[in-house]
Amino acid sequence: MKKVFANAYIWILMLLLYAPILLILVFSFTEAKVLGTWTGFSTNLYRNLLMGEAGEALNNAIYNTVLIALVAAAVSTILGTFAAIGIHNMRHGRVRQAITFTNNIPMINPDIITGISIFLLFVFLGIGRGLFCVICAHIAFCTPYVVLNVMPQLMKMNPNLYEAALDLGATPMQALRKVIIPELKSGMISGFILAITLSVDDFAVTLFTKGSGTVETLSTYIYADARKGGLTPELRPLFSIIFLVILVLLVFYNLKTAKQTSNN
Amino acid sequence: MIRYMMSKILANRANWAWPYAIILTIFVIMPLVMIVYYSFQDAEGQWSLHNFHKFFLSTDSVNTLIYSIGIAMITTILCILLGYPAAYFMAKTEYRLPKVMASLFILPMWINVLLRTLATVALFDFAHLPLGEGALVFGMVYNFLPFMVYPIYNTMLKMDGSLIEAAQDLGASPRKVFTEVFLPLSMPGVYSGIVMVFMPTISTFALAELLTMNNVKLFGTLIQENINAGLLGYGAALSLIVLILIGLTSFFDSEE
Repeated sequence: MKKVFANAYIWILMLLLYAPILLILVFSFTEAKVLGTWTGFSTNLYRNLLMGEAGEALNNAIYNTVLIALVAAAVSTILGTFAAIGIHNMRHGRVRQAITFTNNIPMINPDIITGISIFLLFVFLGIGRGLFCVICAHIAFCTPYVVLNVMPQLMKMNPNLYEAALDLGATPMQALRKVIIPELKSGMISGFILAITLSVDDFAVTLFTKGSGTVETLSTYIYADARKGGLTPELRPLFSIIFLVILVLLVFYNLKTAKQTSNN
Repeated sequence: MIRYMMSKILANRANWAWPYAIILTIFVIMPLVMIVYYSFQDAEGQWSLHNFHKFFLSTDSVNTLIYSIGIAMITTILCILLGYPAAYFMAKTEYRLPKVMASLFILPMWINVLLRTLATVALFDFAHLPLGEGALVFGMVYNFLPFMVYPIYNTMLKMDGSLIEAAQDLGASPRKVFTEVFLPLSMPGVYSGIVMVFMPTISTFALAELLTMNNVKLFGTLIQENINAGLLGYGAALSLIVLILIGLTSFFDSEE
């Protein structure tokens, strides 16, 4: 009885959470301009999107979103991994405390504050906003999550492995590449994926750091679109595809780990 | 020579954190200093308390802050009420919910938040429900629920099961076990959830704009409008107020 109740509760909650997404999925198969009007089944929106006929502005927004996410996630992963190794090897003192404390700030700060604060810095320094500013800001709010994902891996690692590699004649760089990085790989990968997720999902930070120029990401593009009152219909198939790809990856990953745990 | 020095510096792995420390200084600490700096500058670039005067003398602004705190409290409480049982059912193996369930809570985050919100607006239209405060709270809860479920769920997973068994062995009733042992042990997760939900809700602006057809202003809207209008000093002062509130709530978090 309790089990039925628990299951019903979770499934109803899920249904509510997924209702708007189902709406997007369903209405990606009709051509109507307005979300929620059905004008018959059609795959034209998918065709337009995939053939690049959804408009220059949308194509640019997709390109910028991918570019920013990849650059920010790559830099954050490298920076964050080095930082985690550094913090892990620091004495417990003021410096270590200061770095871990500052590392938490971007995670606690609401996006709008992160965005405005970086915007004010660029204004103060007289540097124009744009792609560079957006990427810097994304690196700033993504790296803490990489550090947080790599840290547990370092705790689990045998501290003597690195010393052993050095004793056996490896240079510090070789020891890093051949000993430390392989041990940290899973944390780095989850940090990288999280960084991409956060970067793609971000709206407020990008809005304040992109300036008035032409750099639009999907978020800011949708915002501008919604303010104008219309929503580019091709956004529906775009996010349907993204959603389904991630869903498949998630299920695949879960099946794989479930298999691994049952094998052990 | 330089190579030798470099290898000396790199050999001490504590030094590997320095590049990040520099980035943190430039892109986290300096920007926060900028918020403080601009908030104490008037339009002529003189040091003054003008922006704070303006805020406390403007009933509209103060009311917006109080209203936002109210909305944020309702959102946070609803997130706890809905999210705590969800985390509980997923963390307890006796309910046999598949492990993938917890990931399904964050999966919607992959659909752009504004697009999801616009879909919520379309749902409200479908059901002939009016947009406004109700829609705003619904949209906020919908958007922030994963941030409440996840920390609670993680805390419950890491919980020391032997403490609960000990309570049972010592004869506590299931209700007692829950209220005296399980609930207190899960509170750190709830506190993290509050920090993750409360402040972002106050400073939301785009969600409020879309869900209320621009009829309801939250504190975030006020900040955004002022920054957009070029009133950097006033916008910075409002941001500083948010930062002070964050300081207060995270103090509440670290108390535990």
